[in-house]
Amino acid sequence: MNAFNSGDEGFTPSPRSSAGDTASLRPPVRGAWFDPIFEYLCLSAATLLLASLGGLVISLAIGGWPALSHFGWSFFTSTTWNPVTDVYGAAGAIAGTLITSFVALALALPVAIGIAVYLVEFCPRAIARPIAIAVELLAGIPSIVYGMWGLFIFAPLFAEYVQMPLMMNAAPGSLAEKLFAGIPNGANILSASIILSIMILPYMAAVLRELLMTVPPQVREAAYGLGCTPFEVVTSVIVPYIKRGMIGVVMLGLGRALGETMAVTFVIGNAHGFPDSIFASGATLASTIANEFTEATGDLHTSALIALGLVLFIITFTVLALARLLLSSQKY
Amino acid sequence: MIDLADTATPAAAIMNEPPYDELVLEARNVDFFYGKNQALFGVDLPVRRNAITALIGPSGCGKSTLLRVLNRIYALYPGQRAVGRVVLDGEDVLHEQRRLPWLRKRVSMVMETQTGADPIEEEQVLRVGTDLARLRARVGMVFQKPTPFPMSIYDNIAFGVRIYHRKSKAEMDEIVETALRRAALWDEVKDKLHSPGLGLSGGQQQRLCVARGIAVEPEVLLLDEPASALDPISTAKLEETLVELKKDFTVVIVTHNLQQAARIADYTGFMFLGRMIEFGPTNDLFLQPKSDKTRDYVTGRFG
Repeated sequence: MNAFNSGDEGFTPSPRSSAGDTASLRPPVRGAWFDPIFEYLCLSAATLLLASLGGLVISLAIGGWPALSHFGWSFFTSTTWNPVTDVYGAAGAIAGTLITSFVALALALPVAIGIAVYLVEFCPRAIARPIAIAVELLAGIPSIVYGMWGLFIFAPLFAEYVQMPLMMNAAPGSLAEKLFAGIPNGANILSASIILSIMILPYMAAVLRELLMTVPPQVREAAYGLGCTPFEVVTSVIVPYIKRGMIGVVMLGLGRALGETMAVTFVIGNAHGFPDSIFASGATLASTIANEFTEATGDLHTSALIALGLVLFIITFTVLALARLLLSSQKY
Repeated sequence: MIDLADTATPAAAIMNEPPYDELVLEARNVDFFYGKNQALFGVDLPVRRNAITALIGPSGCGKSTLLRVLNRIYALYPGQRAVGRVVLDGEDVLHEQRRLPWLRKRVSMVMETQTGADPIEEEQVLRVGTDLARLRARVGMVFQKPTPFPMSIYDNIAFGVRIYHRKSKAEMDEIVETALRRAALWDEVKDKLHSPGLGLSGGQQQRLCVARGIAVEPEVLLLDEPASALDPISTAKLEETLVELKKDFTVVIVTHNLQQAARIADYTGFMFLGRMIEFGPTNDLFLQPKSDKTRDYVTGRFG
């Protein structure tokens, strides 16, 4: 069938020549007048998007310029962020953003893959649907709810049952002691990462599940038909099949983690400077902006916050661009 | 081996061709259900070693379903079940269904017993049931649409072999080359073994799937309308390949193309509405059909 469809172009009379013969005999198609308008409507929608994106970048750049020009490169390299002395360096917030996001991603990705594979490959259909709905519901919980839950319930438990034991048992002077140093209040880099991972988990699981369902049943059957066990089918055939899509899932999770504001602001502890342990309080770009926007009275302070927004934009954009690059360089 | 001479199944009765080739696989009185819908009604199918057996019949007659019973690929889907017997080298591979459907996918590691050693051990095998993965390695399958795995041409073939055997690079190279040669694909791909399998044309992909299927040396190769998405030249190549393969393997092919069955098959079964209407040597079935239904179908009066 396909062979015929693709191969017989030579036999079909070309539409152009037949149109020339019959154009005078046939009335014009009734909806034809609308087509150019339709095209311009679509074009203007696309232009609107591009224009607002461009406007956003330009206004961020203009707003952040005083701070950027005042501090120069030290804005990106200095960890000092002090509104009292009007000295602003974003390195701490940049580090906080990247660390929390990547840790969250590392925690969430394996679990998300596990959930999705279970739902698609192993779970009996009667249970799979309710679980899938639950996963999608989880994805819809507003971030402020996660933040509140993180601050009031998760952080105290985390401090008591994870942070304290680890700190108490770390040998003095060892690497572990440095790694686990911090105020045991549960508001730190690691707990922010964990909350973030819980937040991005349902997104990633839901999209991964959709991706897995796009694997043609014949491919699964072919793998099973060779005598593969379910583990071999999943790891050798199904996961490679959705590899390209997986990069997209990772970037979706990362994009969400990078920009997440409320939940992180609640549990990260909001301390400026470079986090020196996983239990140190820290700040991210987004949490710094959220915390200080109302208090920013000085021009330089406001400008520094806007510059943080610009940095966050650039990081997110870079992540997405890298994803595109990875996708296009994929061999299979 | 189960002695088939004294098991008078309807198919064996129709099939009274004197020099019996050895039976490698046989379906006996198989019923099949998609949930509550019955798709096969007491179907018998003898498959003879080193022969091509074709299944023909109008769409929805159950020929693909029968094929899917033979290596139990249907067991991937809860709700589908088969009743009856499927005997592969004297071993019933269609054992009782377990109560939890998703457990069916799990592989019972119990089945390490060698087959064909002595009668007592054979009894053991029948009782224990069949390791699904092992069964499917013995009864390979090629599907209607080409299904190369998302890896290189080389790995597509090496993949299945690696599951069972640890081979050196040189041995694997040889296995890959042999499989590709047998599938009549070697000359077209020998210079690009490490480019993606999905980059081949449809006909090449399908022959890659055949090569992948035969690389693991199955006893029986099942093909479900393997040429339906191929152009005439690829189809001819594939048919040549199948006839070549007959020397080493046993082939069961489902086809919509009557000429194809007439060209390559040694035995042909005509199915209609879930029943095996007639089964016999291809020439007999096409030239002297015993059933009116068969005659109508092979002469193109319906279907």
